[in-house]
Amino acid sequence: MPKGTVTIIAERCKGCGFCVEFCPTKVLELSTAFNSKGYHPPHVVAPEKCSGCDLCGMYCPDFAIYGVKNGNASSGEDKKNK
Amino acid sequence: MITADPKGVLTGAHFIDGDQACTEGCLAAGARFAAGYPITPSTEVVERFARRIPTVGGRFIQMEDELASSIAILGAVWGGAKAFTVTSGPGFSLMMEHLGLAVMTETPCVIVNVQRGGPSTGLPTLPGQADMMQARWGSHGDYEIIALSPQSPQECFDLSITAFNLSEQFRVPVLFMMDEVVGHMTEKVIIPPAEEIEIYPRRLTVKPPEEYLPYAVDGDLVPEMVHAGMGYRFHITGLTHDERGYPAMNPEAQDKLIRRLKDKILENADRIITLEEEGLDSADVVVVSYGITARVAQRAIELARAKGLKVGKLRLVTVWPFPEQKIRDLAGRVRAFVVPELNLGQIVREVERCAAGQARVISVPHAGGSVHRPEQILERIEEAAK
Amino acid sequence: MATTTCEIAPANPVEQFLRTDRIPHIWCPGCGIGTSVNCFTRALIELDADLDKIAVVSGIGCSGRVAGYLKLDSFHTTHGRAIPFATGLKLARPELTVVVYSGDGDLFAIGGNHFIHAARRNIDLKVICINNFIYGMTGGQVAPTTPVSAIATTTPFGSFEPPFNLPQLAEAAGATFVARWTTYHVRQLTRTIKEMLKRKGFSFIEVLSPCPTLFQRRNKQGDGLAAMKMYKQLSKTRNGAPTAETAIEQGKPIIVGKFVDIERPSYLGSMEQMLSSRLGDRYVHVENLEWH
Repeated sequence: MPKGTVTIIAERCKGCGFCVEFCPTKVLELSTAFNSKGYHPPHVVAPEKCSGCDLCGMYCPDFAIYGVKNGNASSGEDKKNK
Repeated sequence: MITADPKGVLTGAHFIDGDQACTEGCLAAGARFAAGYPITPSTEVVERFARRIPTVGGRFIQMEDELASSIAILGAVWGGAKAFTVTSGPGFSLMMEHLGLAVMTETPCVIVNVQRGGPSTGLPTLPGQADMMQARWGSHGDYEIIALSPQSPQECFDLSITAFNLSEQFRVPVLFMMDEVVGHMTEKVIIPPAEEIEIYPRRLTVKPPEEYLPYAVDGDLVPEMVHAGMGYRFHITGLTHDERGYPAMNPEAQDKLIRRLKDKILENADRIITLEEEGLDSADVVVVSYGITARVAQRAIELARAKGLKVGKLRLVTVWPFPEQKIRDLAGRVRAFVVPELNLGQIVREVERCAAGQARVISVPHAGGSVHRPEQILERIEEAAK
Repeated sequence: MATTTCEIAPANPVEQFLRTDRIPHIWCPGCGIGTSVNCFTRALIELDADLDKIAVVSGIGCSGRVAGYLKLDSFHTTHGRAIPFATGLKLARPELTVVVYSGDGDLFAIGGNHFIHAARRNIDLKVICINNFIYGMTGGQVAPTTPVSAIATTTPFGSFEPPFNLPQLAEAAGATFVARWTTYHVRQLTRTIKEMLKRKGFSFIEVLSPCPTLFQRRNKQGDGLAAMKMYKQLSKTRNGAPTAETAIEQGKPIIVGKFVDIERPSYLGSMEQMLSSRLGDRYVHVENLEWH
């Protein structure tokens, strides 16, 4: 089982390629498919390599991708709104 | 209405000038924050505030310019304070940017302008009333505004409280249009006990955050407010916005918002406008005046009456919104209006517009730097009565 | 399954901070502003900050739109005036952490005077400046940060104005915390924002960020990704570097890091101290000037 999971919100993507370039384990590539705005979102080509480091999430200017470590799914949900 | 917080009320009889009376009025109204930049002849207002506020409980900051002063007060209001700034002509020009922002974001605040001669640096130490149209139209864009014009130090106190109350009631910046003579004139000022001073409280919402929309209105056209730090996580913008406060850049949203911003003032004009009327029922000629000029006009009216002329007095305590209906009503039955003012013809245009040819309108212009002589006004009253 | 696609992303750490009904945002593909927002929001998560007590104030421009996308108390003010608005907000309600989030043109051209005076006074504001070297929103005009010889629409033959070195300007004006990162340095930026949010005093972080549409493209520097790669290649971390040595110049490394971190009495602290020492018992201290 891979260490992490990456989630892509394809409709938000503007195809800048930051996530593909800066993924340390090269999990992603830009897809040849289009989203409804005409951009090429990333898709996962090496899921087994994902470490869940969320560097893709930190780089993504469009809030369209994020990674989580497996077994530690919802870091965002736990911490909010105190 | 609630009553004033006694901490800010210096109850008693005082011998102070209009600028200082204005400070006391703002304190009595509950202002606990002011930002200002030095400019003659208004500086005494913030000087007194800076001296008074540490023992009342609040803060003053001298900012780097009037752009900064006029937006620092808006920040303070959204942080929960009642706030005001003070300036004169050149600074008033700079403040137009944030007059617009305050109108657009519906931020209650008071901007005091102790008018001097202009344009530009003009006459720093001498009076003018030539910013009256700037008060009405100074910011770009369409809007309605409230502006008051005091004629004495006592009114500088009383009406600055009114200015804050109107500002809170209608969530609009209120312009307090003093002039150099009123600002620097020293007279007796009576400050009543706090329990006799009525204060319009801020219209804070009681809705929970999930139901609250910053710019939703019911029958009343004025939305409810929240402050930063209350847990509403709201958004405020100078862009045209929808009920959520989010930018909405289309003609429909613009029409809806700008019409409401105008209507909330115009539809309530009767509740906003204060006029001093005297002898209007039998008048042939009505003198329309405001601020210091109203006191000179008073003398001219008395001289005219002594000559047997039927002269009425209409003093604009509220200059904006303009008392259109009042002028229309009078225009149908008087012979003429005489309009003295310390400018070369500003409010007279409004009188002409509303009189619409039904009565003569005679301007008594003065470029500023001093006040009229009563005889100058008397001459025009006599001409009007012919 | 190690990957999913969906339309909303509740587990995305940034999600809880967004007004999701306003996403997608207006920023261009490859713009770095959104990346900086990720860093800001992750800093808030890591700090476990009380989000009801964080206010964000922006001016005008692309970076000025940050306030509108963040689900915090947020104020989109006038051009250049985010700092004086934030000053009033902070002085009326000191319990708030007030963050000014805006651009280089907004903060240093039209708003330059306000910046230096807030720094001089040491108002407790946290200023994040997205520096993309250009006026983006209005279509690519020369900014006070535009490098010499760069093409802008109002310097069509190359800019010949010397730009500001922002860290040096901030330090000279009195900022007590000064740092610079690029949008490539997401971990470092997050850490520095966290550090800034925890401390008191006027604090300034410059974030170099791509403007692919109006700076990179016009200056034949490729797209946003090319700018990010350039930041990676040219940046040199020098924590504690003298700010006089941090000017951004052609052919030289981009110096990044935390340059200044000092303590100085804050405006509110100094006010309290002076008034209570001069007025004694007559001084009335009120924390938040909340009107009831």
